Amino acid sequence: MTDNMLPLMTETVLAFLPFYPLISFVLLILLGKRLSWRLAASLSIAAMVLSALSSLFVISQLSVDIPVITSHLWTWFTLSLAEGANQTNQSAASININFYLDGLSAVMISVVTGVGLLIHIFAAAYMKADENFSRFMAYMNLFIVAMLILVLADNLVLLYLGWEGVGLCSFLLIGFWYQEKANVLAARKAFIVTRIGDTALAIGLFILFKELGQLTIVDITQNAQLLWVAGDDKAYWITLLLLGGAVGKSAQLPLQTWLPDAMAGPTPVSALIHAATMVTAGVYLIARMNGLFLLAPEVMNYVAWLGAATLLLAGIAALAQSDIKRVLAYSTMSQIGYMMLSLGAGAFSAGVFHLMTHAFFKALLFLTAGAIIVALHHQQSLFKMGGLLKRLPFETALFAVGLVCLMALPGSSGFFSKEAIIAQLWSSDTAGPLLWYCAIFGALLTSIYSCRLFFLAFMGESRFEQNLQPSSSKLLKFSLIALAVLSLIGGVFANIIEMSLAEVFPLDTRIVESDPYWLHSVAIATPFVGIIFSWFYFASYRSKESAASNKNTFIASSSGIATFCRQGLAFDSFYHWLLVKPYCYLAQLNRRDVFDQLLMLNAWYVGLCHDVLKSSQTGKLRWYAAAIGLATFLLLLVLSVDVISTEAS
Amino acid sequence: MSITLVMCGLLFGGALAWLLEGIKPQSARWVSLLTVLVIGVYFAIALNSTAYDFSTLQLLVRVAWIPSFHIEYALALDYLSIVLISLTLFLALICVLVSWQEINDKVGFYYFNLLASIAGIVGVFTAVDMFLFFFFWEVMLLPITALIAIWGHEDRHFAAIKFFIFTQVSSLIMLVAIIAMSFIHYQQTGQLSFLYQDWLILDLPLSLTQYLMLGFFIAFAVKLPSVPVHSWLPDAHTQAPTAGSVLLAGVLLKTGAYGLIRFVLQLFPQASLNFAPVAATLGVVSILYGAKMAFAQQDLKRLVAYSSISHMGFVMLALFSFNIIAYQGAILTLVAHGLSSAALFALAGMIYSRIHSRDLNNMGGFWLNTPRMGGFALAFCAAAFGLPGLANFVAEFLSLLGAYQRYPILTIIAAFGLIGSAIYGMVLFQSVFHGKRQVKPQAINDLSARELLVFSSLLTLLIFIGLYPNSLLDFFQSENIKLVLNNTAGVTK
Amino acid sequence: MIAIPLSHILILASTLFVIGFVGVITRKNTLFILMSLEVMLNAVGVAFIGAGSAWQQADGQVMFILILTLAAAEVALGLALLIQMQRRFKSLDIDLLSKLKG
Repeated sequence: MTDNMLPLMTETVLAFLPFYPLISFVLLILLGKRLSWRLAASLSIAAMVLSALSSLFVISQLSVDIPVITSHLWTWFTLSLAEGANQTNQSAASININFYLDGLSAVMISVVTGVGLLIHIFAAAYMKADENFSRFMAYMNLFIVAMLILVLADNLVLLYLGWEGVGLCSFLLIGFWYQEKANVLAARKAFIVTRIGDTALAIGLFILFKELGQLTIVDITQNAQLLWVAGDDKAYWITLLLLGGAVGKSAQLPLQTWLPDAMAGPTPVSALIHAATMVTAGVYLIARMNGLFLLAPEVMNYVAWLGAATLLLAGIAALAQSDIKRVLAYSTMSQIGYMMLSLGAGAFSAGVFHLMTHAFFKALLFLTAGAIIVALHHQQSLFKMGGLLKRLPFETALFAVGLVCLMALPGSSGFFSKEAIIAQLWSSDTAGPLLWYCAIFGALLTSIYSCRLFFLAFMGESRFEQNLQPSSSKLLKFSLIALAVLSLIGGVFANIIEMSLAEVFPLDTRIVESDPYWLHSVAIATPFVGIIFSWFYFASYRSKESAASNKNTFIASSSGIATFCRQGLAFDSFYHWLLVKPYCYLAQLNRRDVFDQLLMLNAWYVGLCHDVLKSSQTGKLRWYAAAIGLATFLLLLVLSVDVISTEAS
Repeated sequence: MSITLVMCGLLFGGALAWLLEGIKPQSARWVSLLTVLVIGVYFAIALNSTAYDFSTLQLLVRVAWIPSFHIEYALALDYLSIVLISLTLFLALICVLVSWQEINDKVGFYYFNLLASIAGIVGVFTAVDMFLFFFFWEVMLLPITALIAIWGHEDRHFAAIKFFIFTQVSSLIMLVAIIAMSFIHYQQTGQLSFLYQDWLILDLPLSLTQYLMLGFFIAFAVKLPSVPVHSWLPDAHTQAPTAGSVLLAGVLLKTGAYGLIRFVLQLFPQASLNFAPVAATLGVVSILYGAKMAFAQQDLKRLVAYSSISHMGFVMLALFSFNIIAYQGAILTLVAHGLSSAALFALAGMIYSRIHSRDLNNMGGFWLNTPRMGGFALAFCAAAFGLPGLANFVAEFLSLLGAYQRYPILTIIAAFGLIGSAIYGMVLFQSVFHGKRQVKPQAINDLSARELLVFSSLLTLLIFIGLYPNSLLDFFQSENIKLVLNNTAGVTK
Repeated sequence: MIAIPLSHILILASTLFVIGFVGVITRKNTLFILMSLEVMLNAVGVAFIGAGSAWQQADGQVMFILILTLAAAEVALGLALLIQMQRRFKSLDIDLLSKLKG
């Protein structure tokens, strides 16, 4: 292979990257149930393997000399501009189907294809018995396509395509078991809530285009930095709207309510979409548009505060959950809160690094939880588990690995990424000590709910009476072990990530020395404090004696505060009363269409006149005669009065 | 290139179908299918072999019709009419196919009405003599009224009369404006003229044009339809037979938009400019109101009908923003909505033929038995709520992007329609295909080969336009359209 | 011969006319309605004759002969209808014939 062939080949490989899963999706949908499990599984996994290998290849081509690889597929549409409508003086802006690979998208595609591949392998084993297996794998493949387009898009419209595409796949997969009313409603809720964010994003695009005449990400960043100074009003509104989109997709305050319900989907879906990839799209968007966000320090501050608020809220809500998947869902929200907080503090690469490690360990946690749930005959309540340490040692070990990463105990991947975030908060311009305290408190909450989960599920007396059915599938075990290894050693990627992202994000020029000396020690010690606290506070959960003596106490607490926390701090009912009810009420009120009623008044009036006149048509001859007589008489009377009055005058 | 031949061919085919029905049943369907196919092929070949440059309006035929009033038989074509005629002929094919098994009564007469109204629509898209335009406007109306009144559902007479009165009253207002325009021409040149090109060069006093513009605007706004004169549409769409709904939503509404583009905006640029804020507001109200009303409906076809109102609001908003991007978006919306709403009405028809109900409460869990129909339905719902990758997204995106340049606040309000459309799209899809199964499994079969053909051709087009909209937009990038828009925009300066 | 004042004749005529009219609207029996109609026609006739003699013109008598002819034709038609009515409905009640109501 000659040297000038290589770039061309790289571009081609990049161009085809999302299309392998697409082909697999089309084949799976067309052939449907005619495919055997083996064929359908190998088809979808093969597509993922191809994508993963391609991404490895294109990432390997990235270097200091070639920081960016682009691949042009075709021109989507062209936006003509009126003369002088913008400051950049071009006559048309092309919106292309272009893929753009730099350090940031490289991290994203390696997560999407790598974790995606492992989850596909798990899903193939996990969903084997489902009669709609090929449809499930088709949706998963379609999701990967949309996600890859999202992270590879070189302009915001193409990004929006991926953005909506992952939303649709999320909807389809949450509602995969569509016969259950709850799943259907959860799917609808997820789609509509994220759609609210998407609309904000779309409006952001409109404003961006009006102001800059561009929608290509690189040009936007360049032009914005040329035209605007930090604190510009336009940058403020645009980034605020982009943040709206990010908040919707990433389940942050105030659009976070859909994520816990989204756990209605099959567990691999929760792992792939609602933990590892899709929900981090908002983080990706903000990281991708960092050039713009840096121009709006206030919005950066909002991002940080939203992240902090979400991580605390989700941590508190996770403390009260009884469903294992819901604990993990709230934990996902809270971890994404960390990422947001980090982005808001300007620590972009730390945020993206946490995104990656979180993808590893949260996928591991969800998948292991899925394996446990299957072994327990689809029992998801923590209060019905207990003592699984002995009964499912393999799963317990994996879950423990995941929790260690989640709590960020030293040595695990989560430790490296979370410490990197926390370390940068204190002296950040857009964050500060207050947010650092929030993050530390969040870490404390994380370790407490992790311990609660672990004690309830794995320690104490076994509260599950039936026999367990652990899966013996090799595929399943392989993917779990691979994820566990990634979670444990994920920290070693820190330097690679740092290097590859150095080109994407502005250099951090802050002086870190101003931080107090105790910051790091406190941050490292926090999870241990949480563990020690839980060890004693949740002693009843782990001790066998108390569990045996009063099994009945192991129900979800029904006190007001616990219920309030379990329902995600009552945001659901708040929105229900604030938005859903009024909209439905309005719709009900006006079902007959008030405009139609007004127009039909004409018809009613004509009908009325018709009825009045009709009633005079009796068909009785004598009435007609009388009417003629009376009318003649009246006529004569009028005439004679007239004549008399004229004569008198 | 003879448009007359296209229209005559359609009428002839319809008449033949009517006649042959008495001799051999079933023949009417094949005759009309063949007619539409042949005419479509002829239209395509004739377009390719012609030397005209359709980026401007090209006068094809001009024959005296009623010489004493200078009324002429004048037809002209440009890319706008070509795109809309192509859409019409394609949907005509869909119409013939969807009524294949639905119509069993007076089949020949049915197809005659169908083809006659399509001939009328083709005429509307090509006539440049305004009297002739009005004539075709009525020609397309009567057969559709007959379609609703004879082959419709339970409330068909009411719906047909309502439809007829709405369109008739509004078109009479337009007739007044047409006659007034022709008299103005008489005052200025000493000769009556109904020819569009003659009217373009008239020097009209602004005070008068405002009323004339309103005369045209009302007629087209009723057809579009825009709130508050939309209420014929839910009834007509709901009660019409499937092909009637497809035709109404797919093409008939487009005649309103076509009239706005061709006549209101170009004959009365200044008056339209003055009126634009009102029209754009009506558009935004239509978007939101339509979306909200669609959500409230229990009747599948009514839901889709209200969603049409919402989509046409985008057209209204885009057209009255005098912006080339919005203009392209409006035209793309016409095509995209033509395809997607046709598909949704076809879907409603197919479901009706299986369970004999349009009530959403009687549906649910259909996916179990009809995964193919479900897949297509999902794609068409996704098109309706503007999923990127399908034609409607590009259309709505361009419309809103362009409109934003002129009306930021209105456009932001209109963007909430995206949420509304997601809500009704979800309600539509989920209440039919998700949830517990409502009817016995043997009652619903998956798509037949004919239905599969209908759906897959519609979906292919939607995806193709969605991913490669330049195939259409390239026609609307020419300088002359920019000129028209600049003229309208230039008046402000 | 004593000349009868025109006003007397007109009072007689209008009295007769009102009697006839009241007969038309109060009687249900078609035969009586026809008879009342005759009375009304004759009232008009009386008025014509009176007016003719008052103005010394023959037009009044010409009109009376016209009315007489008309009345004869009308009675012929009316009685024919009456017989038909009796045959079809077995009744002469005019109110039964109200098919033409709106």
